[in-house]
Amino acid sequence: MSSYFDTAPRSARGFLDSGESGGGLLSWIFSTDHKRIGLLYLSAIVCLFLIGVLLGLLIRLELIAPGETLMGAQTYNAVFTLHGVIMIFLFIIPGIPAVFGNLMLPIQIGARDVAFPRLNLLSWWLYMLGGAMAISALFSGGGPPDTGWTFYVPFSLETTTNVSMAALGVFVLGFSSILTGLNFIVTVHRLRAEGMTWTRLPLFVWSLYATAWVQVLATPILGITVVLIILERIFSTGLFDPTRGGDPIMYQHLFWIYSHPAVYIMVLPGMGVVSDIIPVFSRKPIFGYMAIALSSLAIAAFGSLVWGHHMFTSGMSDMAILVFSLLTFIVAIPSAIKVFNWVATLYKGSIHLDPPMLFALSFILLFSIGGLTGLVLGAAATDIHVHDTYFVVAHFHYVMFGGTGFAFFAALHFWLPKVFGRMYDRKIANLSWGILFVGFNILYFSMMVVGLRGMPRRYYDYVPEFTVLNVMATVGSWILAAGLFLMFANLLRGMLRGAPAGDNPWRAATLEWSIPSPPPAENFAADPVVTRGPYDFKGAGLS
Amino acid sequence: MSEAAHKDYTGAKLGMWLFLFTELILFGGLFILYAVYLHRYPAEFAAAGSELNEVFGAANTLLLLSSSLAIALATSAIQRGAKGRTLWLVGATIASALIFMVNKYVEWSAKIGHGLYPDGPAMLERPPGEIAFFSLYYITTGLHGLHVLIGGALLVWVWLRVAADAIHAEDYVALENSGLYWHLVDLVWIFIFPLYYLII
Repeated sequence: MSSYFDTAPRSARGFLDSGESGGGLLSWIFSTDHKRIGLLYLSAIVCLFLIGVLLGLLIRLELIAPGETLMGAQTYNAVFTLHGVIMIFLFIIPGIPAVFGNLMLPIQIGARDVAFPRLNLLSWWLYMLGGAMAISALFSGGGPPDTGWTFYVPFSLETTTNVSMAALGVFVLGFSSILTGLNFIVTVHRLRAEGMTWTRLPLFVWSLYATAWVQVLATPILGITVVLIILERIFSTGLFDPTRGGDPIMYQHLFWIYSHPAVYIMVLPGMGVVSDIIPVFSRKPIFGYMAIALSSLAIAAFGSLVWGHHMFTSGMSDMAILVFSLLTFIVAIPSAIKVFNWVATLYKGSIHLDPPMLFALSFILLFSIGGLTGLVLGAAATDIHVHDTYFVVAHFHYVMFGGTGFAFFAALHFWLPKVFGRMYDRKIANLSWGILFVGFNILYFSMMVVGLRGMPRRYYDYVPEFTVLNVMATVGSWILAAGLFLMFANLLRGMLRGAPAGDNPWRAATLEWSIPSPPPAENFAADPVVTRGPYDFKGAGLS
Repeated sequence: MSEAAHKDYTGAKLGMWLFLFTELILFGGLFILYAVYLHRYPAEFAAAGSELNEVFGAANTLLLLSSSLAIALATSAIQRGAKGRTLWLVGATIASALIFMVNKYVEWSAKIGHGLYPDGPAMLERPPGEIAFFSLYYITTGLHGLHVLIGGALLVWVWLRVAADAIHAEDYVALENSGLYWHLVDLVWIFIFPLYYLII
């Protein structure tokens, strides 16, 4: 890796420097430096994301016309299962915390590393092991799993495909996620620099802290659920089999007790990224700091109580449906608090439309569309109509991709110049944002409409009436892919050969911008003493 | 600077407590299933539960409770620098773990010998509620047994570290955290014992 950076003066390459932190592959894959681990995650996660994108493109290509276009039903089932497993468990859940949490959290609180650096390295190894297991399920046993990423019983117990291996991979990935969350909680409690009070924490740290609690408290339920799937498949214990006293609905409960809070594991860090970016490019302190910080905790708390809204059509008492529906509406309140505070921050700000800001602003719009369509699904009456249609698919892609995905891209454009000390081409970055944004909306808005018209999800075929909208979605997916390609190529080029970015290209006031780019191996020459808030541009002499 | 100077005991213990939460929630999933299926099949759960041997269960309960005392005493012993006493107490805890597993082995093999195991012949003749009870029994006590083994292995490592003077009066957080883990093993059993052996 080090040879790519030979054009920069040696001493200026910080933790990337092989002289300072050791060179060669081993110095990376056994490094306990949080920044190196962050980059290990980044390279693995981006590669897996691109595989996921490729699978998504294949799904869209199959759906360009009714009937079998590219692949048969079995292959299609395997492709969308793998797309889901990779995107959920390998990209979007670890995504922002594992990459940017690792890269920036310790620096943002003025620490030299996380609380347990070796445990942090173990998390990455577990991530790689779990990823390898999930991928190896494709080529071993009875072939690639075809159950969808949710592994619903009874099909997941009856299919002859290699569900056990994929489930074991998910268990290991869950363990990795728990260890990262645990590490971050202890880090935030124990390693804040002098003067870094709770009300001076950057909002990205607050969001990671709330996320970490969800990771620690919700993931074990996923662990036991996938273990039960494996045990059921091997020993036929029958805990989800009605002829043996079990109940398949209980599987759905256990699965969503984790997997709904997991939605907040996915989106909270993205909200943190946006909360850090918007004040910098509005040249104003954030509006409603405490409201944004505490709403992260509120989302984490209420988000744990709404899992039942995935099961309105599965068989639940009307009372339970009512309660879960109400709680679902309540969880929208803290999300809306964040949106209003971001917009209030923009008000009368001096707005700079640099690439991170464009991604952050489109996060607000796309996340709002995703969130509001979520309420359509959270209301039991409308949910019955759109349940299991492309409306649901469009909804969660607006939240997950339009929300978290765009926040991930915002974070890439915001922090990579800090990590590598080099700036990408901003014009191309803006252009790639535009292509992405247009492609995204053509793709998923078409899905939303076709879903409302009744097209069910997870079929490789559809009735001819849906053809026009499906063609639009597929064309949208090509535009989206072109935008992604341009964006990553531009970032990669910037990383390797961009002009020096300087220590603080965005004139931001959080601690990571006060140290050299790239950061030195132990971050700070002397332990910092914090005397101001994270968005106090005046106090930092940046106004 | 030496490694010990970097050690943050409060941080290490906070991390351990968080990990113990995750373990509780892992078992929590099984207790949820127990609650729901008990509600659905109270009579079958009672009939199946009466077949478990309370004597074995009570013996294992006593064993785990006293081993928890032993590991707690080991922590105070190491704080006072009493190395011999610490080794003895940790050793007693490891022995308890082994005896517990032997008991469990005898208990399980008697049931399995009668064909009463998941998908076994005697199991499938029973009504659904009893099958659910025994499946949960095997999975819950099996997962607990796995934790006894992990805890025991951890304590063997601690014993060796104490013997090698790597854990001593100034640096004993590894012993304390392993002790916390052992208390968790004990705590989970405290719930398993009445739920499966006694109240029904």
